[in-house]
Amino acid sequence: MKFQTGILTAALLASTAIGASAETLRWARAGDSLTLDPHAQNEGPTHTLAHQIYEPLIIRDMTGAPQATLATSWAPSADDPSVWVFELREGVKYHDGADFTAEDVVFSINRAKSENSNMKELLSSVIEVRAVDDYTVEMVTDGPNPILPANLTNLFMMDKGWAEANDAVDVQDVEGGEQTFAATNANGTGAYRLVSREPDVRTVLTQNEDYWGMDQFPMEVTEIIYTPIQNAATRVAALLSGEVDFIQDVPVQDLGRVADTEGLVVKTAPQNRVIFFGMNMGADDLANDDVEGANPLADARVREAMNIAINREAIQQVVMRGQSQPAGMIAPPFVNGWTAEMDAVETDVEAAKALMADAGYGDGFSIQLDCPNDRYINDEAICQAAVGMMAQIGITVNLDAKPKAQHFPLITNAETDFYMLGWGVPTYDSEYIFNFLVHTRGDERGSWNNTGYSNPELDEMIVSLASETDLDARNEAIASIWNVVQEETLYLPIHHQVLNWGMTDAVGIEVSPEDDPKFKFFEMN
Amino acid sequence: MLAYIIRRVAQSILVLFVVGLVAFSMFRFVGDPIDNMLGQERTQADIERLREQLGLDQPFVVQYWRFLEQAVQGNFGLSYRQGRPVSEILIERLPATLELAFVSGLMALAGGIALGIFTAIRRRGLSANIIMTASLIGVSLPTFLIGILLIYLFSVELGWLPSFGRGEVTDLGWWTTGFLTESGLKALILPAITLGLYQMTLIMRLVRTEMLEVLRMDYIRFARARGIRERAINFRHALKNTLVPVITITGLQLGSIIAFAIITETVFQWPGVGLLFINAIQFVDIPVMAAYLMLISVMFVGINLIVDMLYFAIDPRLRADRTQGGH
Repeated sequence: MKFQTGILTAALLASTAIGASAETLRWARAGDSLTLDPHAQNEGPTHTLAHQIYEPLIIRDMTGAPQATLATSWAPSADDPSVWVFELREGVKYHDGADFTAEDVVFSINRAKSENSNMKELLSSVIEVRAVDDYTVEMVTDGPNPILPANLTNLFMMDKGWAEANDAVDVQDVEGGEQTFAATNANGTGAYRLVSREPDVRTVLTQNEDYWGMDQFPMEVTEIIYTPIQNAATRVAALLSGEVDFIQDVPVQDLGRVADTEGLVVKTAPQNRVIFFGMNMGADDLANDDVEGANPLADARVREAMNIAINREAIQQVVMRGQSQPAGMIAPPFVNGWTAEMDAVETDVEAAKALMADAGYGDGFSIQLDCPNDRYINDEAICQAAVGMMAQIGITVNLDAKPKAQHFPLITNAETDFYMLGWGVPTYDSEYIFNFLVHTRGDERGSWNNTGYSNPELDEMIVSLASETDLDARNEAIASIWNVVQEETLYLPIHHQVLNWGMTDAVGIEVSPEDDPKFKFFEMN
Repeated sequence: MLAYIIRRVAQSILVLFVVGLVAFSMFRFVGDPIDNMLGQERTQADIERLREQLGLDQPFVVQYWRFLEQAVQGNFGLSYRQGRPVSEILIERLPATLELAFVSGLMALAGGIALGIFTAIRRRGLSANIIMTASLIGVSLPTFLIGILLIYLFSVELGWLPSFGRGEVTDLGWWTTGFLTESGLKALILPAITLGLYQMTLIMRLVRTEMLEVLRMDYIRFARARGIRERAINFRHALKNTLVPVITITGLQLGSIIAFAIITETVFQWPGVGLLFINAIQFVDIPVMAAYLMLISVMFVGINLIVDMLYFAIDPRLRADRTQGGH
């Protein structure tokens, strides 16, 4: 009994100590990080937690702009345009005291390129990494790659010695049987150290007093308590009741409730994610429509008619309660290649009807729309709205909404003819969009292009983007590829998603387009 | 007796095998884990490599066989979602669910019996009728809604109780408990009510009906005629005979409290196996789903086996049949 009282007192003391510290930030979002291994998952919440503990060579700050982190400068080599030279920050230490050197960069990049890594696609152009001296690293690419630095903003640097000592050199292979040390332990150079972690329950981080950037960043949050809360209503309730200070993923229907509560604020910014519909235009006949022997979607007039039949403002007002930005192209506004003209579409139902009649589908047709119901904000409701809008031009849409685990395989296995997809662009460059969504589907590129669209000339231009070092010429090429994409109405863009963060008014931070709070930037009033 | 037990155990094992088979035949309808496991930059080659590595290209019977081969050696594999051994995750999560189930079961039993007796004795009283009407809410309101209502009332409006989580837990090495800290106990209250309310109203209605039945019996009338005090009649004679079916039902409901904690755990972010299972379904984390379903079916089969054996012990007719049957 005495033992139990002891535990009780200790626990109570611990909880009051936590409550008393003013700089503790209690943070909740819908999902937890999947693993602490920084190269095992390429996924938002996992990277967000990793960013507090580990650091890449370059990060994006809270506005999305690149910022020197473990690298202080980087430039293509003067002798060889296929080589990038990175100068590393000196005097950086890992949490266990080890020095950060070029050797760690070489190790980490190679680890991230290994077969079981989920980050390897971002490094597919890198053929060699070499340490020139302790604080200079060269990355050799298979041809000039002008946007390589943009691919490095989520590639975290591990300590070679720590990984070797703990048998964590290889990224975990799920079927391998044993878990790796790095999945449950962390040793980074970041602003916060890991104190404790129970997956899906609670993760505690504390400020790294020896952080190299102590004087350069606000560093006002000294302790972070991260608790995933899956249920949206509970998450909002936890903020309203003062049990957490900061939440991501505020549901749109609760924004007003949070904003109207004294002491709480909601901050909003466009997210790096565009929502759109894809259409199977490549097939000769569609499995999921009622037109025999022909594919209505193969006709550009039909696609254009569908595009201008969608009333994006109505979706914004009614479905999204104002929390979206209507889109006319499938690139978020921060991305190189985005233009305001292309991002605007006028709704014109009469013109759409005329186009349908021109194409020989004046009486319309019917088709199935596949839609996720747990992936994007109000995804199913957007699809329902689209069903009504398509009906106006005679297209009968049968909506089939499913959980994401069933929806995405339809796209992967090319089993859908009309589908919803959302896309974020971590590199902030159009090439990323073209590679995955526009290039002909193949082993290397086009893995998310389920449209059946194939244009060898365009493919050639897309491939050449990777090695075009003249940035003006490259931007011109990007613009002309976009022209084709827009003319062909390859996709039906709906909107750019808007992010909402709810917080107490003590928390001073603006929403980042990547939905990844980096707490070293937070100010606490 | 021994033959009977062996037969029942054999039947139970067969049931477990069938449950596993059905579960594995259903997993592909839950979806495909590959897209969840690889990032959006994955190539076709990655997809095929991982599918082959995980054996997802095999027919479900083969997948099930592989699972069984590993499972009999005590290896449930690694979670696709967390990359940690499934058995370790389950052991870590089980105390939360069992403590919640225990508290809500206890609450349902105590509250249900007390209210059941009260409403039976004061059958025509105003308060008994109010309780009976209110109990309809417990039976008909979905758990999800009850949970959210409780959170808004007690956490947001009144600020008395936490809206999520388990509070501070004490780690005893092999078990984590929330019983030893104030925040742990506070955190238990709302989820326990949410989970137990349905069971409580069920037990209350059962007790009331049984009690009314018993109170009409001849021996109660004779007891009254003999002038035995009302309290003794109600609590000593009537209640005792009411409890036999109640105990049977409660035993069976215990399993469902654990199994149906899923919704309550999701609403309150209660870190138990139910929440784990929901996450596993969303991610199509087959090893976790399989192990969870096996665990729950072992529990149900185990409880049923115990109940059967108790019948055997209690009911002499069962024993007589077996010995006379002579086969």
